[in-house]
Amino acid sequence: MIYKKNKIGRLIPTSIEGIGQLRIYGQIDTEESGFEKPAEIRKTNRSEKKLLQSIEQALDMTCLADGMTISFHHHLRNGDSVLMQVVEAIAQKGIKDLTICSSSLTKAHEGLIDYIKSGVVTGIQTSGLRGQLAREVTENCILPKPVIFRTHGGRARAVEAGEVTIDVAFIAASCCDEMGNMNGKLGPSAFGSMGYPMVDAQYARQVVAITDNLVPYPASPVSIPETLVDYVVQVDSIGDNSLISAGATRMTKSPRELLIADYACQVLIHSGYIKNGFSFQAGSGGASLAVIKSLKDYMSAQNITASFASGGITSHLVSLLEEGFFECLLDTQTFDRLAVESFMKNPRHIEMSASRYANPGAKSCVVDKLDIMILSATEVDTKFNVNVMTTSTGIIMGAQGGHPDTAAGAKLRVVVTPLIRKRIPIIVEDVMTVVTPGEHIDVVVTERGIAVNPKRQNLLARLQKTSLPLMKIEELKNLAEQFTGKPQKIKLGEKIVGIIEYRDGSVIDVIHATAER
Amino acid sequence: MEKLRRSMLFCPANEPKMYLSAPLFKPDCIIFDLEDAIPVREKDSARALLCEALQFFDFGDIEIFVRINALSTPFGNSDVLDTVAAGIRRIRLPMCETAQHVVELDTILQKLESSMSLPEGCIKIQCAIETPKGVLNAAEIATASQRIISLSFGAEDFTRSLGIERTLPNKALDHARCQLALVCSSLGIDAIDTVWADLKDMAGFEAEVEEAKRIGFKGKSCIHPKQVQAVHKIFNPSPEAVEHSLKVISMAARAFEQGIGVVTVDGKMVDLPVIHKAERIVNLAIAAGMIESTEVNYDLQKK
Repeated sequence: MIYKKNKIGRLIPTSIEGIGQLRIYGQIDTEESGFEKPAEIRKTNRSEKKLLQSIEQALDMTCLADGMTISFHHHLRNGDSVLMQVVEAIAQKGIKDLTICSSSLTKAHEGLIDYIKSGVVTGIQTSGLRGQLAREVTENCILPKPVIFRTHGGRARAVEAGEVTIDVAFIAASCCDEMGNMNGKLGPSAFGSMGYPMVDAQYARQVVAITDNLVPYPASPVSIPETLVDYVVQVDSIGDNSLISAGATRMTKSPRELLIADYACQVLIHSGYIKNGFSFQAGSGGASLAVIKSLKDYMSAQNITASFASGGITSHLVSLLEEGFFECLLDTQTFDRLAVESFMKNPRHIEMSASRYANPGAKSCVVDKLDIMILSATEVDTKFNVNVMTTSTGIIMGAQGGHPDTAAGAKLRVVVTPLIRKRIPIIVEDVMTVVTPGEHIDVVVTERGIAVNPKRQNLLARLQKTSLPLMKIEELKNLAEQFTGKPQKIKLGEKIVGIIEYRDGSVIDVIHATAER
Repeated sequence: MEKLRRSMLFCPANEPKMYLSAPLFKPDCIIFDLEDAIPVREKDSARALLCEALQFFDFGDIEIFVRINALSTPFGNSDVLDTVAAGIRRIRLPMCETAQHVVELDTILQKLESSMSLPEGCIKIQCAIETPKGVLNAAEIATASQRIISLSFGAEDFTRSLGIERTLPNKALDHARCQLALVCSSLGIDAIDTVWADLKDMAGFEAEVEEAKRIGFKGKSCIHPKQVQAVHKIFNPSPEAVEHSLKVISMAARAFEQGIGVVTVDGKMVDLPVIHKAERIVNLAIAAGMIESTEVNYDLQKK
């Protein structure tokens, strides 16, 4: 295997069996690689009835065959049951060698392990991977080719550019009519925005809507219209929407996270970006959510109203919308029950596609209008590179999500993270896996100190006028190591089990198996 | 500079992560507890952990106390010997009811200072007054040793001893708290108020801290980091009070230099008690980091 160093010094193979040639992050591509859309016009037999009896019938009608790529969305997160229903039906038909191209994979999809081992599924493209499935991929190398990890914006770009050809998109809808007009807003399994499958529906060769709430024609409102849908299947259940958040968006009570949030809020205030009409996004992690709370107090005291908050929408952002602190919410993924309810009733809670959210190939996208982004991290290195994908020991456990997208677009990019997590230093010399390049990170806020990227001298000068505990990132690393000791270098296997695709389609890093196989 | 004891944060000594996290919240004092928070089977290991931690961690400006077990228990003596050897110089003596309790500890500390070649009297004591008998003997307790730097009140044990519920308002508690505040004030030592256990009721907590400040307490025992900043906020003088006090001191200094006896600030006459009060507020503001000592353009000691 021939390796080349990319712009941030990571060794990337020039090609991988089963994947093909890789574009190296930071290298100018000499070949044509524009964002062309597939020219093929999809044909549907208009005399056919769209409403089918079962998933099995949909597999027959779409002529699903060995080696194809099928897509799903993960708006139901831990509660999704559509992906597994479809894969089970595929297995029963004896179809093999499929690639799953999902917006992400969660605990709900651990059943895939058996279908990977039996050869039904041989490829995965996703934003993230967690739990046992991730362990099997990293430790036991159960897939014959590496998982391709894409950002939300990068996935939209890849689909639109034709780099990924989706043969059949299976789209779970909580409300759908017999012709395929659908939304995630209504019905007993409502999950909110349909931001991810909007792109799939537009570019997949065939589209199958799967719903547990078939309503009389015409369904309204419409997130994905009938013009893009080939077939509709009614099932007993598309999943359990009570598991969308599964506690992930609870406001933290951890004094340490609250302290980090307080520091981060002070950074925002002194940065000068908090003023009328500013725009904001934060992850759904404990400290990120706590920043929102602290920010609200400041906005209230200063009588400041923001323009929009975007990305994954939580109940905390909803309350800020309802209390008038934000003009609107731009929602690509709805994170909890209260946010779903808001999406149902509040016209200022606006659905957006993943493409509109973060596609770097689009003519414009929301992340480029962001003023402030609060990001989480599993590791940050002294070059400010961020890992949100693997543990410090190299096991896959996270997702790219919109991390690199928002970091590339926003004007102020703040990472909030504890200095040490479970006796493991988080600020390190080199992160295990680079997901977001350090050039797109401005500030790292920990409970013991705040490091400003030396490239942001103006910001540093502003913060030096405060009493905030500023340190060099190397000092933070050394401080962490004072408590934990210097971590031993983890020895990884040669085999590559994951490719971290940057939002432009180039490869920013690869994930190696944790043990030699 | 005045040593503040606005917040005294309790941390169970048997929890390693507390040593790492407690200083983050910048309490004025941390009390590593070897007494009530530690199960009997963990007394020895908690003490060993504390001694190890004292060697390893730098707590900076934070004043570190240990709450020992009573000397009448099998653990009290070892608590003193081991933790002092590990560097402890502040001891909280629990359930202090008589001067004899203090003398007993004082005697041990004298011997320790001598054997360790430490300056005489460098190890200080805070007496926890937690029973009606302790309240009645407060003055005698507080004067039993030169080492005593403060009395702290323990309402839970006090109400239990008295056979009453800890309710709000509570005249029995009011009496005890006022008594301790008066005793401490008369001796120039700090009175530290009792803990507030209901972590969900921050409004109730803040009301109790306000009350403690009005009575004359100098600080509050805390059991959660979120209580620390609330305590500081209440015990710190308001920015307006600091500004006014600086003005009073400045005007008084100018009057003193010009040989003028009486001066008015904002239409009000400034006499010696007003100047003393302004000095106290400014000193507190400096100690709390609200202003730099260089902002005071008059030597407070010179007057």
